[in-house]
Amino acid sequence: MTLKKVHDKQPEKFEFTKENLELAKNILEKYPKNQKKSAVMPLLYLAQNQNNNWIPLAALKYIGKFLSMPYINVYEVATFYTMYNLAPVGKYFIQVCTTSPCLLRGANEIVKTCQKKISKNESDISENGLCSWTEVECLGACVNAPIIQVNKDYYEDLDQKSTEKILDGFMNDKPLQFGSFRNRKSTAPEKIKSKLNGAEDA
Amino acid sequence: MLKEEDKIFKNLYNNLGSSLEDSLKRDDWSNTKELISKGREWIINEIKTSELKGRGGAGFPTALKWSFAPKKIGSRPHYLVINADESEPGTCKDRDVIRFEPQKLIEGCLISAFAVNAHTCYIYIRGEFFNEGAKLQEAINEAYEKKFLGKNACGSGWDFDIHIHFGAGAYICGEETALLESLEGNKGQPRSKPPFPALVGLYGCPTIVNNVETIAVVPTILRRGGKWFASIGRPKNTGTKIFCISGNVNSPCNVEEEMGIPLKELIEKHAGGVIGGWKNLQAVIPGGSSMPLLPRETCETIKMDFDYLIAVKSGLGTAGVVVINKDADIIKCMARISRFYKHESCGQCTPCREGSGWMWRILERVVKGDATHKDIDLLSDVTKQIEGHTICAFGEGSAWPVQGLLRHFRKEIEKRCFAEPVIKKKRKIPYLIDQHLLESKNAKNYDKQ
Amino acid sequence: MPKITINNKDIEFKDGMTVLQACELAGVEIPRFCYHERLSIAGNCRMCLVEMEKSAKPIASCAMPATEGMNIKTNTQMVEKARKGVMEFLLTNHPLDCPVCDQGGECDLQDQSLYYGFDKSRFKENKREVKDKHMGSLIKTQMTRCIHCTRCIRFSTEIAGVPELGAIGRGENMEITTYLEHSMESELSANVIDLCPVGALTSKPYAFKARPWELKKTESIDVMDAVASNIRVDSYGWEVKRILPRLNNNINEEWISDKTRYACDGLLKQRLDKPYKRENGKLTECTWDEAIDLISSKIKETNPKTIAGHIGDMASMETINSFKNLLNSIGANNYEFREKPFYINPKNKINYIFNSSINGIEKCDLLLLVGANPRHEATMLNARIRKSFVNKKLPIYSIGDSGNLTYDYKIIGEKTEDIKKLIEGENEISRKILNAKYPIVIIGESALELKSGEFILEGIKDFLFKNNFITEQWNAFNILIQNASTVGAIDLNFLDIDKKNNFNFFDKLNKNQFDLLYLVGSDNLDFVKKNEFIVYQGSHGDRMTQIADVIIPSPAYTEQDGLFINLEGRLQQCIKATYPPGNSLEDWKVFNLLNKRLTNKELFKNFHQLRQETLKQVKNHSDFNLLPKTKIKELQQKSGEFKYPFLGSLRSADQRVSYIDEFITIKEVDYYFSNSIARASKTMSNCRAERSKSFKNKTGS
Ligand SMILES: Cc1cc2nc3c(=O)[nH]c(=O)nc-3n(C[C@H](O)[C@H](O)[C@H](O)COP(=O)(O)O)c2cc1C
Ligand code: SF4
Ligand code: FES
Repeated sequence: MTLKKVHDKQPEKFEFTKENLELAKNILEKYPKNQKKSAVMPLLYLAQNQNNNWIPLAALKYIGKFLSMPYINVYEVATFYTMYNLAPVGKYFIQVCTTSPCLLRGANEIVKTCQKKISKNESDISENGLCSWTEVECLGACVNAPIIQVNKDYYEDLDQKSTEKILDGFMNDKPLQFGSFRNRKSTAPEKIKSKLNGAEDA
Repeated sequence: MLKEEDKIFKNLYNNLGSSLEDSLKRDDWSNTKELISKGREWIINEIKTSELKGRGGAGFPTALKWSFAPKKIGSRPHYLVINADESEPGTCKDRDVIRFEPQKLIEGCLISAFAVNAHTCYIYIRGEFFNEGAKLQEAINEAYEKKFLGKNACGSGWDFDIHIHFGAGAYICGEETALLESLEGNKGQPRSKPPFPALVGLYGCPTIVNNVETIAVVPTILRRGGKWFASIGRPKNTGTKIFCISGNVNSPCNVEEEMGIPLKELIEKHAGGVIGGWKNLQAVIPGGSSMPLLPRETCETIKMDFDYLIAVKSGLGTAGVVVINKDADIIKCMARISRFYKHESCGQCTPCREGSGWMWRILERVVKGDATHKDIDLLSDVTKQIEGHTICAFGEGSAWPVQGLLRHFRKEIEKRCFAEPVIKKKRKIPYLIDQHLLESKNAKNYDKQ
Repeated sequence: MPKITINNKDIEFKDGMTVLQACELAGVEIPRFCYHERLSIAGNCRMCLVEMEKSAKPIASCAMPATEGMNIKTNTQMVEKARKGVMEFLLTNHPLDCPVCDQGGECDLQDQSLYYGFDKSRFKENKREVKDKHMGSLIKTQMTRCIHCTRCIRFSTEIAGVPELGAIGRGENMEITTYLEHSMESELSANVIDLCPVGALTSKPYAFKARPWELKKTESIDVMDAVASNIRVDSYGWEVKRILPRLNNNINEEWISDKTRYACDGLLKQRLDKPYKRENGKLTECTWDEAIDLISSKIKETNPKTIAGHIGDMASMETINSFKNLLNSIGANNYEFREKPFYINPKNKINYIFNSSINGIEKCDLLLLVGANPRHEATMLNARIRKSFVNKKLPIYSIGDSGNLTYDYKIIGEKTEDIKKLIEGENEISRKILNAKYPIVIIGESALELKSGEFILEGIKDFLFKNNFITEQWNAFNILIQNASTVGAIDLNFLDIDKKNNFNFFDKLNKNQFDLLYLVGSDNLDFVKKNEFIVYQGSHGDRMTQIADVIIPSPAYTEQDGLFINLEGRLQQCIKATYPPGNSLEDWKVFNLLNKRLTNKELFKNFHQLRQETLKQVKNHSDFNLLPKTKIKELQQKSGEFKYPFLGSLRSADQRVSYIDEFITIKEVDYYFSNSIARASKTMSNCRAERSKSFKNKTGS
């Protein structure tokens, strides 16, 4: 994992909205009173949600103060975990799993499709500003490989064609329903034997 | 083959509905109060009889782990922590339990927590499972409404709360002490052991960490008796297990099966066979990416349980079966696994931090044909220098797959190692040109590049 | 005691020891990078692996608690292989730049690779390159060299108490940095340079100044504050190249403050290297003879009663003693060492030292600050308070707001009234003290500077004595002295007080009643000059040289031997490490010269004689480096020390100690600029500028 770079254009200020402040207080309830620090991960998520899916430095500071935690520790946490974005991502943030089980079933095709449809380089936001994509490690749905995660949802059992459709949907701001794209019920075995040739590019 | 009636997770594919109402029909929560009233010792004993081993990867006997928790609550509270970080490539069983059988997990939490004296339970779910986590939260809320949780949970006299904590994309947080660090609001870096979490865990308090599947089978075991569970499989390798079969098979799937089912049966019967037929099989990773792969010859006969797999120098791990057929480039596949470990290393201890990247780079060179014969021995040395020298088992997890590859596919690697003993291409001039590079004739070219 | 077997040898160890410590007991050396006995255990470098019977894997000895019956082997093939493996990993991404690395010659990695390194690198990939981080003007970073031992992080969080360093990112891309590369806000920051086992963190001011083996090393003590940290002065020729800490578990352990370490570049700047005299308002160079002539004739002309002497914060006891002898010999008896009028009681040593001792802070179970800011007034002592706070959650209270002390404390009041209530046993804190077993009360100079200074000192002492907290076993009464010269000066009675007035000197000074003022290294005295003739003798062209009429150059603390008593009363020696620039003369020699000119007699035959006579005057002297001996019982009986009936009606009105309702302000010490050497130091002024910048940033946003 390369070190995350913080975005060069940073907002001056960050503050939780009223609703999020309420949520933050509820989150604190989960943990023992003298262990406020435990809430740093959920609060970082809150901040990320509030700020278009990325966390500005001001939010790190804000959370540090909120939890009486040294800034550097908040910063450490924010850079350690991959799901915190320290720079803007697209409205639809497409994460392509390319770990071996997905790779064996053609994840490379999906990466190529992303390059074609969204942007040539990983993490670059598409020209229309709606999408960005990145490769990620195993998403924990290997039986439904290959898969992509877009924001919170899993798009499963993909191939090149279905991926193209899905990406078109996002690029036009009309997301398709997530789930299996081979009409399969969760992780149940399929009756029909489909021919797959994912191996070639693996 | 496992009889339908012996299946624990009847709703694995969500054919029956996952709401609390639906689960009640499947006997969840049917006599929880009664089970708890039999007392701690009985519960732990019954689990001991069942010979249940942890489903999180290490296969540690669950009853034994529970018995490490102090018998009485001292000055510090006890915690139960459920490991739902499921990030091992090839594994996706806990996800199904969480979304389709949440009440089994919740009920299991209550009983296990009672057994280890914990009033609070945290379920640590990987951050990517947002929707699954939301579903689990719903299920928890339902359980609270029914008074199955909270004060005097389920009428047992035991106060019990469950909280969900989301991870944020770090495989290492599956390691139990890293998970605890993460829960405490730190980076997920494993702790040195001893002390073990059972005595000094979350917030320095006694803590029992168990996998989702381990806990979710507990109520059924107690209901049907430890003996019933032990009767499935063979001694020390008992019970049912969810297998995840992915990769080059015709019909990848999750399936609950009997421990010790032959691998071939698993692949042929449940997963529709290898793409291109059994003959087209190249290798199988039997237990999630950390476990060494097995060549076809071994797969022919091997049975899927802890001891069988150890005998062939692999392991059951999480029972994530990744099938690789001959159409796939096995070295590329393993190089990708190495990249996974390089990416996920927490960076805390030297062998893992420096070694995981090194292995990946050598393998990448093998894939590209940029490696020499010497590199094979070097690669083997590097895996041995990592193995056993790290703070947590991640070191083994990253070294074993490569060792497996070297063990069974050395010839394949050798075929690709024909490069000259010096790397030709350098993208960037390194920080300081290394001495050994200066010795080579290629060194001159650096100035130009 | 439990036993452990190490390389077939049975060894007894203490409970709580780690395997590594047990190995050390057995005389078996274990290589290490991350382990440091004063930091928490990280166990991350994996260099200390040893073999343990019944364990398939080697274990990290630094993190493994030793237990009865363990069988440890450190000399097997398994261990050798493990260490070699770890070493190779450490070197894979470590640059091969020893020839241009400042750590060269004192680098743990270099040393250990001699034993465990391969002769050739097998790592053929591109080496990792890490961007250097800004960590302020003291610490130079070269982060590519970092081996991620996290010693620096643990130091800053645990010892310095400023959690500003951290490791961001993960895996092989993990990087050590401060938050957004701000400089570290600690007076102890530079200790990470010593801790860093490689050349990742090196000294910025000392960068490329010298190699360790070419330096002359002198073991001495520090005079930047009254703690008197033990230091090693590394010099090359006449220049002090750097100052490093020297282990002394009683005082500074193995740390020193940034000022102690880095003010030394001030030793090369603004130095007085020749005598000067003022002619027509301008300072001009002159010869020693001229200077001595001028001073002696002035002395002769002046009424001794209007001649006064003042010594500065860094004067050694020999300097003070010989100066006093000179003044006495010319009949002058106005002399003083204080820079500001704070109350002192020189009658007994316990009245002006830190009686509980620095080590005692670790034993104590309650600590009360009264008008003190130990962080800036005695940095290393503050580190000890923090240590106790961290290790055993020492409860700390303060009367007066001391700002950020790097640990939590409770302010229980900010007025003298709160002290009065304490003394009268009327408030919460007095009850807390009474319930404590080993309380410590620390009175700062700021408190003694108040109009109620005497009341505070005598009252608290009385309170503690009455309640059995001043005994030979435990003495809870402490004064926090700020200057290195103070305790010695009081022992030598270099002050001018009488029963009625503690501040004779200051009264006369402020009324401009002196005609001749002889200042020895004294730059912090605050007064408005009128017609005084001012002689300045010292090492630096600092504040007072601007108003001086004659200037005599003398050596700084690294350039002459001298005795100092630290705030606990420990007598230690400053050792001459280099020689002063130009033609300075040691202080006592100047006084000798003057005395000879005036009276035809020498004050002292030689330095040895001076030292012996000085030593005789050290009160309650036990030995070098030891705490003074005080017989509390005798004090009580003989001098009636504790019968200070100050409050009640027992005393006649003129004897009563005055108590005034006042607000307690703790005077801010200009930490990086507190003495003439520090003020001459470029490094210190950089630090000061940085600190005030970050202060502005903080309050600004
Ligand atoms: C690198 C690493 C990753 C792990 N990941 C997981 C995981 O994702 N889920 C899990 O349940 N256990 C994981 N484990 C195993 C846990 O450390 C621990 O053994 C397990 O949660 C114990 O539960 P069990 O006894 O029920 O198996 C991992 C271990 C290691 C060393
Ligand atoms: S900078 Fe030095 S002290 Fe800090 S982690 Fe790196 S090697 Fe260790
Ligand atoms: S010294 Fe033991 S792991 Fe570093």
